[in-house]
Amino acid sequence: MNEPAREIPGIFAGLVATARRDLLLAWKRPGDVLNPLFFFAMVCTLFPLAVGPTAEQLEFSGPGVIWVAALLATLLSLNSLFLSDFEDGSLDQLLVSPQPLPALVLGKTLAHWLTAGLPLVLVSPVLAITYRMPFSVVGVMMLTLSLGTVSLSLLGSIGAALTVGLHRGTALLSLLILPLAMPVMILGANAVSLAAHGDVYTTGVWALGAYAAGSVSLAPYATAAALRISNE
Amino acid sequence: MTHKLSADNLTLIRGERCLFSGLSFALQSGGLLILEGRNGCGKTSLIRAVAGLLSLEEGTVCWDDVPVGKQRQAFHGKLVWLAHRTGLKGDLTLVENLGFERSLRAHSRRDPEEVYERLGISRLKKLILRSLSAGQQRRVALARMLLADVPLWFMDEPFTNLDREGRALVMELVEAHCTDGGLCVMAAHQDVEIDAPTTRVKIR
Amino acid sequence: MWKWFHQLASPPHFYRLSAILSPWLAIPGLALIAYSTWQGLFVVPMDYQQGDAFRIIYVHVPTAYLSMMAYTIMATAGAVGLIWRIKLAHAVAAAAAPIGAAFTFLSLCTGSIWGRPMWGTWWEWGDPRMMSQLILLFLYFGYMALRGAIDDTAKADKAGAVLALVGIVNLVIVHFSVEWWSSLHQGQTVFRRGTMDAEMRLPLLLMILGFTLLFGSMLLRRIRTEVLYRERRTRWVREMILSPRGGS
Repeated sequence: MNEPAREIPGIFAGLVATARRDLLLAWKRPGDVLNPLFFFAMVCTLFPLAVGPTAEQLEFSGPGVIWVAALLATLLSLNSLFLSDFEDGSLDQLLVSPQPLPALVLGKTLAHWLTAGLPLVLVSPVLAITYRMPFSVVGVMMLTLSLGTVSLSLLGSIGAALTVGLHRGTALLSLLILPLAMPVMILGANAVSLAAHGDVYTTGVWALGAYAAGSVSLAPYATAAALRISNE
Repeated sequence: MTHKLSADNLTLIRGERCLFSGLSFALQSGGLLILEGRNGCGKTSLIRAVAGLLSLEEGTVCWDDVPVGKQRQAFHGKLVWLAHRTGLKGDLTLVENLGFERSLRAHSRRDPEEVYERLGISRLKKLILRSLSAGQQRRVALARMLLADVPLWFMDEPFTNLDREGRALVMELVEAHCTDGGLCVMAAHQDVEIDAPTTRVKIR
Repeated sequence: MWKWFHQLASPPHFYRLSAILSPWLAIPGLALIAYSTWQGLFVVPMDYQQGDAFRIIYVHVPTAYLSMMAYTIMATAGAVGLIWRIKLAHAVAAAAAPIGAAFTFLSLCTGSIWGRPMWGTWWEWGDPRMMSQLILLFLYFGYMALRGAIDDTAKADKAGAVLALVGIVNLVIVHFSVEWWSSLHQGQTVFRRGTMDAEMRLPLLLMILGFTLLFGSMLLRRIRTEVLYRERRTRWVREMILSPRGGS
């Protein structure tokens, strides 16, 4: 075969193509995007019913409840991150793709964040207002939630890659990811609480930003390695 | 430019079972390698191992005399794999599926319309894959293979779900590919009549 | 050096060597523990603030220290196994996990018993060290659950190694975030460690050394079992079992 130089497209092309495909798939199955959102809203409804509806209790528990609910909702959506790809064989095709796997993984995680993390961030103000959170604090909450969900999607992708193809994967995934996700929740929820009390909250936000930056640069490699291992 | 795929002394252990040991072969441009053996004897595993998806207990696979482990990305740029599961998304249309594959690969010299025509799937372009029959989906996977426009083909039971006409078409495509200087590794438990220099590897 | 390393990593060689080594760790370890227990319980004077309650540090500190050491060993062995494909390293990681989890659990228990007279409660959510230890215990559980869920040993080894490595990076972040968190909520009497007198410190150091030796011996024993199980199909295991002396 006489071949002129045929360059393989750069890693950015692979990232964008994978993200685009997953977004297209999510568009065709909106239920997968909406279910975690309903779950998020429902968990937030449970707490006032269990703890009590007075203004003081709501203001006090609001940031924590919203953060815990967001964490659980993200976890719920993570199970399917690689599952359908594993079942129909497209994961195998991604593994033999000429593109570097971490870039493809990053593309998939980006799509996951856009369909699972970002909607949570956008819906959270409505819930925050029902918890009597002042508008100035709502901004901080959205900022921490967007940084935090980025980290959660990336951390979760490692867990999802490790458990793909295993029976009882969902319960195992929670067991693997929750301890890893605790720092994110600690930083996020407490930064919002501090803001609600009018204290300096920037430490938490900076730390969350650093965590997100760290996970963007490291997690795709771990996920790629995990995917190769679980597909052996 | 000629290519060479060679495997030396491959040993693969899956769980408790040794699937094969001391397996070697060499394949030159234009050659066809047929893997034979019963169901479950490790044909698919061998293909997966050669493609670099399974870690071998022993042995090395070389592409153009360079170990595959040292040039994984480049090697993957030269191969396409028609696996048992098509690896196509049921919720996407034919064009969307193949468009995704194309955007990951080097520019293809083949014209998509021509390929669709040849495989008899031109009128299915706008349909989502879930609505197609298993044989039609198989043809879409073949289209992906042709459009990849790479020298090395891995085919795992390519005749599954295909009618007589489809099987003849696959043999025709492989023959053309080999004549063109391509390489093909095929796992098949049926008789294959392809006019190309053929090596047969029997697993157990 | 490299050759020596490879020879050590060969299962039969390791199996023989560890049989000789294990008692040499266990006996001094137990002796040290016995000596420092006697010292800690009867010889060292009472603490002027905490009374006799402080004596639990002689168990608490070594278990807490070993809980982290075991995780480090697990992650390091996992990394070695992944990078250099040394199978023995994976056996080390697999063997270290349950011991580490046990020590983490013990350190939580002793911490809780200690906390009762100090804080007036069995469990103090505000204490950063207890929280870190609890998260460490969850990490161990996750690791063992992942291993348990994967049937293929080679696959479980590699998946576990990736998880342990991600976990150890995260553990540092857990530590700092929990510290920050508890500094925000410091309403309770968070207990601070004062400086220690030399006569109190020496038995503690000996105790830590004794526990470490005992831990080493336990780890070796578990690795031996692990190696034997993994190599059960090989010739050297069969020959050893069938030989007149049996597996010593």
